[in-house]
Amino acid sequence: MDSEAAPTPDTARGLLRVPFPRFRRRLTPERIASLALIVPSAVAVAVFVYGFIGWSALVSVSEWDSVTPDYTFAGLSNFKELFQHFRFQADIRNTVVFTLLFVAACLMIGLFLAALLDRGIAGEGLFRSIYLFPMAVSFIVTGVVWRWLLAPRSGVNLLLERGGLGPLKQDWYTDPTVVHITSGSRLGEALHDIGIGWLAGPDFGIPLAMTSVVIAATWQMSGFVMILYLAGLRAIPEELTEAARVDGATEFQVLRHIALPLLRPVTLSAMIILGHVSLKIYDLVVAMTQRGPGFATDVPALFMFETTFAGSHFARGAAISIVMLFSVSFLIIPYLIWSLRREARV
Amino acid sequence: MRSWRFWLLFVLSLTLLLALAAACKGEEKEGKTPTPGGLTGKLEIFSWWTTGGEAAGLQALYDLYPDKCPGDVEIVNATVAGGAGFNAREVLTTRMLGGDPPGSFQVHMGHELTDTWVTTNNMEPLDALFAQEGWSDVFPQGVLDIVSYQGKPYSVPVNIHRANVLWYNTTVFEDNSLEPPTTFDEFFAVADALKAKGITPLALGDVEVWTSVHLMETVLLGSLGPDDYNGLWTGETDWSGPQVTAALETFKKILSYVNSDHSSLSWDQANDLVISGDAAMTVMGDWANADYEAKKFTDYGWAPTPGTDGMYDALSDTFGLPKGAPNPDAVTCWLKLVGSKEGQEAFNPLKGSVCARTDCDSSLFNPYLQSAITDWKSDTIVPSLAHGAAASQGWVTEIVDAATAFVTDKDVAAFQGRLADACVAAEVCS
Repeated sequence: MDSEAAPTPDTARGLLRVPFPRFRRRLTPERIASLALIVPSAVAVAVFVYGFIGWSALVSVSEWDSVTPDYTFAGLSNFKELFQHFRFQADIRNTVVFTLLFVAACLMIGLFLAALLDRGIAGEGLFRSIYLFPMAVSFIVTGVVWRWLLAPRSGVNLLLERGGLGPLKQDWYTDPTVVHITSGSRLGEALHDIGIGWLAGPDFGIPLAMTSVVIAATWQMSGFVMILYLAGLRAIPEELTEAARVDGATEFQVLRHIALPLLRPVTLSAMIILGHVSLKIYDLVVAMTQRGPGFATDVPALFMFETTFAGSHFARGAAISIVMLFSVSFLIIPYLIWSLRREARV
Repeated sequence: MRSWRFWLLFVLSLTLLLALAAACKGEEKEGKTPTPGGLTGKLEIFSWWTTGGEAAGLQALYDLYPDKCPGDVEIVNATVAGGAGFNAREVLTTRMLGGDPPGSFQVHMGHELTDTWVTTNNMEPLDALFAQEGWSDVFPQGVLDIVSYQGKPYSVPVNIHRANVLWYNTTVFEDNSLEPPTTFDEFFAVADALKAKGITPLALGDVEVWTSVHLMETVLLGSLGPDDYNGLWTGETDWSGPQVTAALETFKKILSYVNSDHSSLSWDQANDLVISGDAAMTVMGDWANADYEAKKFTDYGWAPTPGTDGMYDALSDTFGLPKGAPNPDAVTCWLKLVGSKEGQEAFNPLKGSVCARTDCDSSLFNPYLQSAITDWKSDTIVPSLAHGAAASQGWVTEIVDAATAFVTDKDVAAFQGRLADACVAAEVCS
């Protein structure tokens, strides 16, 4: 258990081939004190994080389907049924769409704001605070506010109507449309000809309602990305940008060829942080749209909570959790390895 | 180093907090005279009654509690908002499984209680209490059957609601010289006439998922009739059969007459559309009646939903005694109150439901409820699907999921297939 909870230097070294300084095995008083300080949290993490992950994994391969636990081994049948379930298929589509749009929008807006603030404008502190403030608000509050703002009969639509821009009104999160390639279209037929005709259908489209959730989430998180980028921009040596300017580079060229390459680690960190937020998103969707029209804004976490605690399908709920854990792991583990290696190199 | 101002503020706010805490504690002790030998401690009542008439009704029961149960019991009102109790159920499940049951919890009579908590041995039987209070004589036999499992009752019904009610704006109907529809054909004729005038025929607010299932169950009932409708829940009616196909086609057609923003509205916001005259009708349980009363709206009329005249699609809120509940004596006294004539007469007129008991004074109720009391005695009673009486929770959530997809994609064949699968998964059909 302990070795899983906090990788000891030995296993980490074995895995990553990182040279670690040799630890003295002698028990000095300092070493005892530090062990005593670490053990409680290590045990707590082992039990309450890894222990429960293990328990969920156990439940996910069981036949537990009512409020009474039933640990009869069911193999991977829960996972098989899950991936065949129409609601879960919609959830996967929604999560992919949400993650791509949300991360891209946050990165672009965050970089744009950071580039503007980096010009040394007056009142920088004020603007920085304004852009960062949404992050201090919880997703629940964001969800409720944006639900009102984007409700078809109020908020933004009312503003557009009163401003004489009635035709621009949107259905926002009540729009059930899923933009997709139709199988009858030329592109759809072309896809069919090369054997991937299944791509043409609402299972692989962009649910328009999801864009409303993306707007709310981006509003909340882009300020955070801005701060990351601002710090990154400030860390770029003045000499590099100055030299480029002396050579006649435009401001855009400085950003594109000097700043962006040097900001790559920041971009990666931001992508990881935003990515794991969006893969696990729950509170924003619950407060704002729930499952949406025809599951247009449904996400795995919502399905997991409802099917487990309202429907008592505990095994299926655990299976969803495990799928979510894996999807986040695919994002986090390469990042951890990458950053551990980098630290070791430095 | 922090400045002296910081420390001054820190000390000041700390003092203030402590003073506040002391004041609160002081208040608690005032104004209560413990009765010797009476009930003491806390009584936690878990429900989803948070708004308008339902909260007022619950409060009326709380106010009666000290009279019925002398002592010094502090009632803890544990509510989780959300219609039909979908949110509350999720919280309840985590609490029950976590070994932290509330004193008593609101639960729909029928499969929602039985399949979830009784068969799994989480509830105390209440046969002694029923005998002691003589309830076998005052509750209708049909209700006693539904709250019982293997001959023993497990919960006390406080009210009866009717799900199959069509509410309409009388002004809109008079202005367009229309009559409330009694069949689906009449409904479509009326709806077309309204649509031509630019009025939304049927208001629906399904941001909370149960409402579209609620509408569907009234269509199933109206289309299949009571016997075949009941057969759906026992496996005798074939979910894949042509009868169900026809009913779902009707449901699909009805959905083409609802407001386009239905997925952003709650059921009471859909009611607001009827109140404002933007929509002419809505299908909702008779708690809508309490909503109209609370909003001081009087121009409403009611009728059974199309095809369901003489049928009472019933649901009931009940309270039981969970195993391991804290302070069981106080809970038992609460159950006595909930089942008593005075308790039900105080609660139901406010909640907008009729008494589960048959001996309530009907003059206490408004005209709609008086008509419901009459219907309750004469109509064929069938259990509600969306409100937990007809099917187990696991089954209902599967139907709700299938309906959520159907409301958007309108694919009858896929929907019917999923409904048939759900019946098999619930181990009712084979």
